[in-house]
Amino acid sequence: MTEKVELVHGDHACAMAAIDAGCRFFAGYPITPSTEIAEYMAKELPKVGGVFIQFEDELGSIMAVLGASWAGLKAMTATSGPGICLMAEAIGFAAMTETPCVIVDVQRAGPATGAATRPWQGDLQQVRWLSSGDYEIIALYPWSVQETYFLTVEAFNLAETYRVPVFLLLDAVIGHMRERLVIPPKDKIKIVNRPKPLGDPKALRKTFKPYAPDPETLVPPMACFGEGWRTRCETSAHDERGLPADNRPDIHGALVKRLCDKIRRNYEKIVKWDSIFSEDCDYLIISAGFMARICKAAALELRNEGVKIGVFRPVTIWPFPERELEEVCKRVKKVFVVEMNYGQIYREITRVRKDAELIPWLNYEPPTPHEIVELVRDRI
Amino acid sequence: MNHPLDKYLRLEAFPTIWCPGCGNGIILAALARALDKVGVDLDKIVLITGIGCTGRMATYLYTDNAHVLHGRAIPFATGVKLAKPDLEVIVVGGDGDILAIGGNHLIHAARRNMDLIVIMVNNQVYAMTGGQVAPTTPVGAYTTTTPYGNIMETPFNAVKLVSACHPNYVARWTVAHPVQLTMSIERCLRKRRGFRFIEVISTCPTIYGRLNKMGRAPDMIKYLKKVSVIKPKALPEEAELSPSRIVCGVFLDREEEGYIDKLNKYRGEAVVGT
Repeated sequence: MTEKVELVHGDHACAMAAIDAGCRFFAGYPITPSTEIAEYMAKELPKVGGVFIQFEDELGSIMAVLGASWAGLKAMTATSGPGICLMAEAIGFAAMTETPCVIVDVQRAGPATGAATRPWQGDLQQVRWLSSGDYEIIALYPWSVQETYFLTVEAFNLAETYRVPVFLLLDAVIGHMRERLVIPPKDKIKIVNRPKPLGDPKALRKTFKPYAPDPETLVPPMACFGEGWRTRCETSAHDERGLPADNRPDIHGALVKRLCDKIRRNYEKIVKWDSIFSEDCDYLIISAGFMARICKAAALELRNEGVKIGVFRPVTIWPFPERELEEVCKRVKKVFVVEMNYGQIYREITRVRKDAELIPWLNYEPPTPHEIVELVRDRI
Repeated sequence: MNHPLDKYLRLEAFPTIWCPGCGNGIILAALARALDKVGVDLDKIVLITGIGCTGRMATYLYTDNAHVLHGRAIPFATGVKLAKPDLEVIVVGGDGDILAIGGNHLIHAARRNMDLIVIMVNNQVYAMTGGQVAPTTPVGAYTTTTPYGNIMETPFNAVKLVSACHPNYVARWTVAHPVQLTMSIERCLRKRRGFRFIEVISTCPTIYGRLNKMGRAPDMIKYLKKVSVIKPKALPEEAELSPSRIVCGVFLDREEEGYIDKLNKYRGEAVVGT
């Protein structure tokens, strides 16, 4: 098998990758700038035996995704910030019931209806803190159509490995951009499937514990509906049998701790970042998503002027690659955070580097690299 | 000594959290009896519930099951059914869960003729949270959030509401009709396709009965027997529901294609179309 090269729309690259990653269920509700993902899935999923359904709202869309996941399918939805608002309750539910799922958030300018459909990096903190209680999620943030493809596959792999909701954060600029995409041959795409319980369900189910974790990964193997395990998906605090234990503070506390620890302990395996010119620099720009691409061009321009500057790009926004960032920050005189918002990843960075300076771009028309050059040059 | 229905129950989860006199036990028993009579493979049943007293039912039936968010049992169940169509997916929920917070999902699932069985337990009140007004609370009834009586709001008639969406089956019984209720669930299990809805008027002596001076649990059952009328071949528009008259029966029983039937055809078209 050989690779294919095509000119592809960012939202479509995401949908193509989802199908290549094994996604066979999509439920969603139209919202710009994510709708093209739903449209692509509506056209392509039936051809591969998958299911597309347009729901009455985002509350239902995400719950159908979680139901499909419990019935054994890889499942996804796509929306934008206002839809993410409505999915908030279900993200806590997915975390609590350890349901693998992928939620694509093609961000747009808020708050509320905002400057509808215009780009904004406004949901970076939103996706982390959606639901009540303590839990962890994973969020990936590509900066190109090509990386959108790879990170969509990775989103499914991480969701399956850790049984957590995984967000794919897209920019409206990436989602609605056509760019060169190299589609790898199918046999070169690494696919991970959820851990499954071993043995004969009929013989073992009387003593089967659907929430007994693997001691190494802290992830319980997932028994799905219809497999004979008589398994339980339980939204209330539950013991390892999946029976409600909301009157047991010890069980609730240990469960919450495990739901967080299965991500925190596997930090090294999950985090991704990109460090550009950072081996040799006095100044550092930290930026993510499409803004990082503009910052890279700005850094090149500044380096041509003799300014030793690098770019650090978190690729996982959650967990935030703060250990790696801390190392890079030790070597530089000054740190700038460039985002199209009023300081979202900046909050994470100030925990590593208190004197980091925020350069917010509060204009939904993206900057040119030269505009970033001028903003940075004024500050060094 | 074992009860003949024990194999349908997750006995390690017993005793239930339900109060003495709660109608939920009657409904769980009707469900277990119907499964027994039809002789279905329990590995092919998924019971899904939302939040509330009824929400706990998913814990007690010995099948695959899910206790999900408030109001979201129907969309979760839809995802399960579409992903694995050979499963029979049953939703049991309270009136607050199904009609208030989940009302939108109810009408859309019915409109789609989605292949689910939905049993809505209507006790006319939010019981688990201590007795607040529900979208089913009769005019004039007392709840903790209508301390002077429910003067402002007209309750839903779920049978009429769901029937207007033309699903495959709509029935209403009360917990004073366990035999008819069991037969209705059996009928739904045998039909296999389309959206099948059963409203069960239930009793909450602990809260609703006390607030409205309806006596003890047996008095509430006697009251249901007194005011209910079984109407064979009743039309949806005849499905009166008021404190003085509860019309019971089967209001719709159609054999239209369900969503899955149509989905299979649609997939065929999609493949041919490429």
